[in-house]
Amino acid sequence: MERELDFEKPIFEMQKAVEKLKSVSGDNKENFEVQLGELEKKLVERKKEIYDNLTPWQTVQVARHPRRPVFFDYIKNIFTDFIELHGDRCFGDDQAMLGGFATLGKKKVMLIGHSKGKDVEENLARNFGMARPEGYRKALRLMKLAQKFNIPVITFIDTMGAFPGLDAEERGQAEAIARNLTEMARIEVPIITVVTGEGGSGGALGIGVGDVVLMLSHSIYSVISPEGCASILWRDASFSPKAAEALKITAKSLYELGVIDEIIPEPPGGAHTDPQKTAEEIKKVLLKYLKKLSSLSTSKLINKRFEKYCSMGKFTR
Amino acid sequence: MPWFIKTRSERETKNKLKDDIWVRCNSCKAHIFKQDFINNLNVCPKCGWHGKITAYERIGITLDSGTFKEINETIRPSDPLSFTDAKGPYTEKVEASRKKTGLNESVVTGTGKIEGCPVAVAVMDFRFLGGSLGSGSGEKILLAANYAYDHKIPYILFSASGGARMHEGILSLMQMAKTCAGVARLNEKKIPYISVLTDPTTGGVSASYAMVGDINIAEPGALIGFAGRRVIEQTIKQKLPDSFQTAEFVLEHGFLDMVVQRKNLKETLHKILSYYNR
Repeated sequence: MERELDFEKPIFEMQKAVEKLKSVSGDNKENFEVQLGELEKKLVERKKEIYDNLTPWQTVQVARHPRRPVFFDYIKNIFTDFIELHGDRCFGDDQAMLGGFATLGKKKVMLIGHSKGKDVEENLARNFGMARPEGYRKALRLMKLAQKFNIPVITFIDTMGAFPGLDAEERGQAEAIARNLTEMARIEVPIITVVTGEGGSGGALGIGVGDVVLMLSHSIYSVISPEGCASILWRDASFSPKAAEALKITAKSLYELGVIDEIIPEPPGGAHTDPQKTAEEIKKVLLKYLKKLSSLSTSKLINKRFEKYCSMGKFTR
Repeated sequence: MPWFIKTRSERETKNKLKDDIWVRCNSCKAHIFKQDFINNLNVCPKCGWHGKITAYERIGITLDSGTFKEINETIRPSDPLSFTDAKGPYTEKVEASRKKTGLNESVVTGTGKIEGCPVAVAVMDFRFLGGSLGSGSGEKILLAANYAYDHKIPYILFSASGGARMHEGILSLMQMAKTCAGVARLNEKKIPYISVLTDPTTGGVSASYAMVGDINIAEPGALIGFAGRRVIEQTIKQKLPDSFQTAEFVLEHGFLDMVVQRKNLKETLHKILSYYNR
């Protein structure tokens, strides 16, 4: 039995009822057919209702769901011919950040993303998707390669944040992210970014300066984790749900704040209930924006990106 | 009331009097005459510890007297998220900070001259909400970079910040991309960008414009780093040495060009600018 989230209880109970009805055999089976159909319909409706009305904190839980598709799933389900490229040419090959050539439909692209694992073992190897400086430097190297090959860059964001470790500090975590922000502003090919799970602060933005920024409907993107914010501003991590609300970290909030361009809908029940369908939705939107961006000249592309980021923020003059 | 119990106000008056005359060095703990401390640019005359200084004090000791012209000084925070935490609404914090500092944002920007060389400057002030990077500060840093770009003059930026401002959520994070975009554009016209990292330069500010100067300079002992010490200690389950994330540590690891004492900063900046041959 899969671990359920608190708010998913009604869904799981209905699912159990459906299973039970399905297991009924013999003469009565036909009598149940109608009931079963109705119940299944209700289940879908209830799922949609619950998932359409998640609180920010519940969204955080979905975004971090242990079965939520990871970068490898998207590589497999959206792209073909992934040719992984390794290393930052300075220090090492960060397994928390992957990248390489890939084909989307007929389009050749450079694909880069944070890579979480599927189980504990893989997560340990991939450092739970928390990249070190060499990860960000590998990402930048691949973006520059994309520029040379004149192919668009697509980045997938799913990280708690950049790794906060002694070694990461020594090798310049801050500089690595800062360098990416600076260079990405001027990269001469289109950049499309998709936040698929957790968009954890600078660690997310480090590969997130896109011409187009998209979010899955139950992903989050925040300047600080709700837990971090709660422990600083409320002096108590148990206020995380409150912080999650105050920080406005859902796709809908970010769309309203003008930070992202489009929300990609997830199937009712969340991306983890139907990774294939989720991938299809992402693919559709990526193709749409690739087409749109490919019509722009290089100078127009860069100017538009500059204007986009210059207009971010709200203040009083 | 017994003679040995002092009322709160008596005690406060006495402490305040003490504060008016004495400063205690954060490093060597020596008591210093406040006037001596101020005359020494808020640097401990005994051990060389660099205390914080305000944005206008920094401008005063860096730019040629009378040359500073402030720009965009009316930009101030709004409250895009209607943010309230345990201590109350963000708007109240902003007002308290504005009142306390006389500033509208965590950064002061403008133009001036260093030994006759025209420059655009941005100077962060830690007193304003911990020097945090909000939408207003990001805008001012960008506009100062744009001024440098339009007028083809070097850009000098003094950081003093705990990082991005949580109260403006994702919009604060986006200021990192915005300010870096501004700084990145200077390369097109080969305009020098000098980053001066002062105590502290951490989090989102270290991970954006502060670390990507053509030249990175820091003041001695300044705290410079990405993640907080406590977070790292929890991650690696080890105590970190005192020298961790100091300017000297960052210099040793190759991310700074030099560590320069406050009293020598202006001269150093001038020397560097004198190599700019355009």
